This record gives sequence, structure tokens and C-alpha cells, in this order.
Amino acid sequence: MNTMTQPDPFMLNQWYPIASLQEILPGQPRATKLFGQRISYERNVAGALQVSDGSRALPVLEQYGCLWTSLGEPDELFDVPEYAEPDRRNVNAGSVGVQVSAQRGIENFLDMGHFPYVHTGILGALPHTEVKEYNVEMIRDGREIIATECLFYQPMASTVSTSGADVEYIYRVPHPTCSVLYKSSPMDEKRLDAIALFGQPTGEETFRGHMVLSILDDVNTDDFISYFQLHIFGQDKPILENQMPKRLPLDPRAETPIRADKTSIMYRRWLTGHGVTYGTIPAAA
Amino acid sequence: MHDKTWVPVANSTDLAPHHVFQGRLMGQELAIWRADDGHVNVWENRCLHRGVRLSIGINTGSELVCQYHGWRYANRNAGCTYIPAHPADAPARTICSKTWPVIETGGLIWTHFEDRDPPLPELPEGGAALRPLPLAAAPEMVRESLAGLAPEGFGPLDETLQARGPAGSLHLMVQPADAGRAVIRGIVQSDEPELALLRRLNLFLRSARDQILAQAALTPAPEPIPHRPERVSEELAEMPEMVSGPARLRVQVAKKELVAKDIVALELEPLRGALPASQPGAHIDVALPNGLLRQYSLVNAPGETGRYVIGVKREPESTGGSAAIHDSLAEGDLLAISEPRNNFTLRRDVEETILVAGGIGVTPLLSMAAALKDDGLPFRLHYFAGSEEQIAFGERLAALGDRLVNYIGLDPEKTALALKGILKSPAPHAQVYVCGPAPMLDVTRATAAEAGWPDAAVHFEYFANTREIDTSSSFRIELARSAVTLEVPAGRSILSVLQEAGVAPPSSCCQGACGTCMARVIEGEPDHQDVYLSEAEKAAGDKILTCVSRAKSDRLILDL
Repeated sequence: MNTMTQPDPFMLNQWYPIASLQEILPGQPRATKLFGQRISYERNVAGALQVSDGSRALPVLEQYGCLWTSLGEPDELFDVPEYAEPDRRNVNAGSVGVQVSAQRGIENFLDMGHFPYVHTGILGALPHTEVKEYNVEMIRDGREIIATECLFYQPMASTVSTSGADVEYIYRVPHPTCSVLYKSSPMDEKRLDAIALFGQPTGEETFRGHMVLSILDDVNTDDFISYFQLHIFGQDKPILENQMPKRLPLDPRAETPIRADKTSIMYRRWLTGHGVTYGTIPAAA
Repeated sequence: MHDKTWVPVANSTDLAPHHVFQGRLMGQELAIWRADDGHVNVWENRCLHRGVRLSIGINTGSELVCQYHGWRYANRNAGCTYIPAHPADAPARTICSKTWPVIETGGLIWTHFEDRDPPLPELPEGGAALRPLPLAAAPEMVRESLAGLAPEGFGPLDETLQARGPAGSLHLMVQPADAGRAVIRGIVQSDEPELALLRRLNLFLRSARDQILAQAALTPAPEPIPHRPERVSEELAEMPEMVSGPARLRVQVAKKELVAKDIVALELEPLRGALPASQPGAHIDVALPNGLLRQYSLVNAPGETGRYVIGVKREPESTGGSAAIHDSLAEGDLLAISEPRNNFTLRRDVEETILVAGGIGVTPLLSMAAALKDDGLPFRLHYFAGSEEQIAFGERLAALGDRLVNYIGLDPEKTALALKGILKSPAPHAQVYVCGPAPMLDVTRATAAEAGWPDAAVHFEYFANTREIDTSSSFRIELARSAVTLEVPAGRSILSVLQEAGVAPPSSCCQGACGTCMARVIEGEPDHQDVYLSEAEKAAGDKILTCVSRAKSDRLILDL
């Protein structure tokens, strides 16, 4: 894209993650992009975070181990209550740039059908390919999509099991470029691990994915948890970068959905309903 | 931007076995691949599901498999044959990748985007293809710049980029990859040693390229041609039920061959174009010369898309269907058939598959066995036949190796015993498929149930309903969606009453065996007389086969 496209109001007026807090060192200014716009940020020696687009100071929020800002007027950031539970490990697993729109990235995050093909032997295994029926609905007055009772066969269901079994997932989409998934914790079957993908739309056809985990794990090191998550994301990246077009098509007839894609169908409708044009190809009126 | 002509988009040597070549023509990315049967496919480089490039997919030699979700597209017709996320469903027939015509000549692969085939390119006999030379310049400019250049020994290239000289003849082509991208391709015919000549021409083209690029640098690069992919059909966007029309495909009997005692195999070829995609377990309706409509399962293996292959047994008590095929049909005859329909779909998300065939019931199972073998999934085909000479499709069976177990000439008692052995231990993630004569199917299903196989793991297809149909009841049907009430008198079927009212679902076998005419029951108690629904489905009472089943209650409310 040679010309810089202006974001639509819904996209503009959101908080966006621009860095992992642990990577921001006092007195070392850094720059990144949001909507194609250059953004600089710095933690001054007094410890305060400052974000600027070069002409004005931008709002600052420190949340879920990330620095968040906005080029518009954002409401409150969505809640991930698990992050505050004292016995959890909160890990910023890393930030990865991807040459595709952030919405394509979110849609991939919501998808179970690719597990046996893209995450073979980890999140899925052939021939167990079926995506069973699940529920998806809108909650919080249409501000969030939630998919529940999502079951998918996983070859090593937990660190203690030797055989495969169905694992249950819950997916939340509380933000146009952020999603949180929950799956049963290997450490405590009654509780759920939370894994989040926070998308920073650096451009219409590029984003950085910030991965944040809030899990029950007193065995593995932070590094190991990060490597694992980066390994998974590294498998998704080449697939995402071979999607055409790079922006997410919102015309229902642009691609061929199947029942397994119920969540993404709702996600696309939700984006359409909010008039999202940035990073998408809106349906012709 | 170019004359109506075939355009070369790849060299034949680019299409290595089981490779997918990524090409480009006028801004459109192409996935170009050769199947094991030699057929070259030129497709839109995009999986219809989520837009992932098919050129990063897997060419199995018979199908192209998308890397993202494993969707499979068949050689030649590009129809989607399998969607792994829904292993029990047949993909909607119309999910079909975009394809373009293809010819292969002069060591090059050619295609075009015109509505009709342009005349074939005139090429020298026995030429060799040059190494392609891509360059970032407008194709028209490349063409203009090449005209007039004179490669040594060939003389100047004319306006059509042809040259003839003492060294031989040279044809150059400019592939318009995009508004600002071109590929120079060519064919040379000469008596000179080939390698040295190709090297010399490659050097000539490289120096021409440098000149063209220097010139191109003086003008701004043109905007790439925007790619607007075609929209999928409206019903695909909604993931509909599969429906099928009457027999409207025209095919020719390309081969008729006796493949066992009283069994002929027919190979059916399209009169034009490609045959629609089919999946293992699918059948077609065949309209016979004597006016009858009969269902036959396809024997086809994956990628075997040029012809439909069916097996037909002469039935002594036939109402004329099989006799018409055996006695009057000849090679070269035309037949009307339906598109393939699949009510006997093969799941491939299982760890073990048991196929049980009785007699001619082996036909759909042969197709399944070939697909499972291709996928490397464990299975066994248990084939019950009356005698050695009744074993059909020997070659296909031989390809299954030790995964085939034959049972010859067993009486009903021994058959039941053998089935008990086959089905003795139900395993999780295992599935059973059985097709054969009604008595054997009944025994197999009963044996499976006894051994503890869940109903949902046992799939069956009767090729005929041999039960006596009781049509003595009379009742009322209410059609919820059409808001119509109809009377079904004794002696008539629900289907025929619906057909008269013009609201009938598609139908096929009309004897309660194929499942095509199924309707949803909203209220009322069905009187099931079919052999299609499982016991659990019958007990649930929310589906009915309208061709043979009736009502036990005074009325039925149907979702029609």
C-alpha cells in the first residue's frame, strides 16, 4: 500500500497494544507503527510511559503486560479477569510481525479446523479432523463474541496423559483485533488456562501479534512457555502470509464458509455491523 | 492488452511430479500442476475456503490438498472432494476451484482467459522450449522492444516475434504476467546441438532484458492489475443441503467390459468438458434406453476423474434395468446420467475402517478403499462373493494387497459366523461400512449391534429395498413451509402426492434405499418402511423417506 488509509471510527477508537512492557527499558526510546502511522514510546527515567505520534501525546495504558495506546478516543479496555488471579503465571510470550491483516490473524486464532494440518502432533493429529458442533453467541450487548463447547481432539491432551482426547475450548472476541481463548488446564482440570492474541494493526495488510498467557503452571520456565507459543505461531505465520487477499473479505460470498466456521462468520458479520473497513474488504453495498 | 491467443504460462519441465508451480497471467495467480495421469491443471491459486494459495498445497498425484484445512480438489474437474472438518458430509457439489483451459505443446503449458478457445498457436515441429526470462516491464513494451532484434543465426524477429535464418526458426512469446511484469518464453527449432543453442539464446535474451529494463526505468511502473476474484454462489455462502437434479449429464459409453460372471463394468466419458467431482460412496442415476432410472455406485479411485466407472450385475429378477445394460447397451452409446450424489460418505478422521462387501455391493467400497489407501489410513476390505468367478474388478482388488480378505461361497450360517469374527471388537475411532444384498446387510447390522458397535459407527447402503411395502394406510400431510395440506390415500406414496402438488424434494430410487427424498418431520409418527435410516434415526422419528414410508398417526407435519 503506497497510500496510507485512514481507519474507520470503530477501529480508530480502540486501545491497541504496541509493545510488551518487559521490553521497554528506561531512557531507551522506541518506535513502532499503528495504522501506518509512526508511533514513538519511551519510559522516562522517572518511570512514566509516554507515547507520541510525533505531533501529540497519545493515551497510555499498561495492561496485560503490554503498553496500549490509541489514535482515537477509546473506551475502557476489555476485561480478562484471570490475569489478576494471584496463583497464575502471566507470561508475555512474544510479539511477531505478520504480513497479513490483523483480522485474518484473529480469524486464524479462532479456528480449530487447521490444528491437525498446521499444528500437527501438537494441537491436533491426523486423522482426527472433525470440528464438532459448538455454540457461538453475542454477549455484553453485542460488544463481544463468545464461542463455547468447542471440542477438538488433541494428541497429548495434557502433560500427564499418554493418549489423545477431546479438549474443550472457549473463545472470546471482545475487540476487533484481540481474542482470548481458554482451555482446560493440565494442572487443574477445573480451571482454564487463558491464551490471548492481541493484534496491533501496523498497516492494513500487516500486524504484530502480541501473545500473552495467563496459565496454571508451576513446572515450566517462562522461556519454555514462550518458545512453545512462538513455535505454534511460527506454524501459523506462513499460512497467514499465503492468504489472498491479505485483507479480510466481509462479503459472505467472497469465500466458502462451512459449519465449523460459525465463529468467524459471526466475527465477519460483527465487523460489518460496526462498519469496519480498515484491514478488511467490505461487502459491496 | 493482448490479442486473443493462447499464452504460455509455464515450461513442461516446471511441472515436476507431485509439485505445484505458481504462475501468473494478467495479475491472476495460477496454481499449475500435473496429475499422475499426465493431465495438467491450470487453476486459480486460491483455496475457496480461506483464500490460502494452493501452490503451497500438496499434489498427491490425483488431488490437490490445501495446507490450511486439508480440503481436497480433484484432478481435472477441480471439484472439492473432501472437507476434513466435516468428515461425515459430502461437500456441496458446486464447490469447485476456478479452472482455465490448458494445452501442452512445444514443451510449454498454455492457457487463456477468453470465453472461447482461440486458434491453436502455430509452432515449429519438434522445437525445444527456451528457459523463461521474467522481467519487471510492461508486456507491450517488451514485445515492441524484442521485435526487430536479430539473434545470431536467426535474423530479425518480425512483429509476431518469429525469426527464421540459417540456424533454424525461433518463436518468442511474451507472457503478460501483470501490467508491469512479463515473462519472455520461446521455442526454437534447429539442427544445432541443443544445449549450446539454448545457452546462446539465453545470453541473447539476457542482454535484451538489460536494454528493456533500462528503458522501463525511464517510465513509472504501471499499477498492478487489481485482482477481483469471482464470488462464490449464494447458496455456498450459506452452506446448504445437497440437492440434485434429474439425469441431465450426457455421457458416452467408452468401454463395456465383462469383469466377472454376470457383471459388466461401464466406463462413461463426458461428451464435452469435465465430469463433476465425486467422492467415495457416491452414486449416479443412469437413465436407461428403456426409460428406467437406476442407481449405480461409482468405483472411481481418487483422481480418476476422466471417466465414471460403474459395475452392473445382471439380476435375474430385474425389472429390466440390468438386462437393458447387459443386452442392449454398446460401446459408443449415449446415456443420460445425474451428477454424483453421496448418501454413503466416507469419514477419514478415523483410526481404523472396516469395509464389508457382499457381491456387487463391492462397488462403492472399492472407491472407499482406494481413497483410504491413498491417504495411508488403515483399513480392510472383507469381500463376500458366491464363487471365484463372481469376484469383480480383479485389478482394483489386487492393488489393495493384503488389505483385501475374500470369503468365497459361504452359506448364510458361515457368513454370519465370519461377520461375527470381523466385527468382534468395536474400537473407538473405528467405522464400519457395509454394502450388499439386503439379507446380508441385515445380518451385518445385527451382528455389529450385538458386538456393541454404536449405531453411528456402522454405515450401510442397500442397493435395493426388498421389503414388502405396505401402502394400505391413508393419512393427511401438512407442509409447514408451503402451508399446504394434502391427503395421501391408500396405494399412493407421499412422494407422488408431493410431486403432483409441485413441492416434492429430489428423489431417486423410489424404493427407500438411497435417501434422496428425505424430509424432516415436525410432528406426527412416521411409519418407516425404508432401508436407508438407521434404527436410531427411525426411533427419533424426525426424518422420513417420502417414497415408501407413511404415517402411523392421522397426520404428519413435514418441513417442506
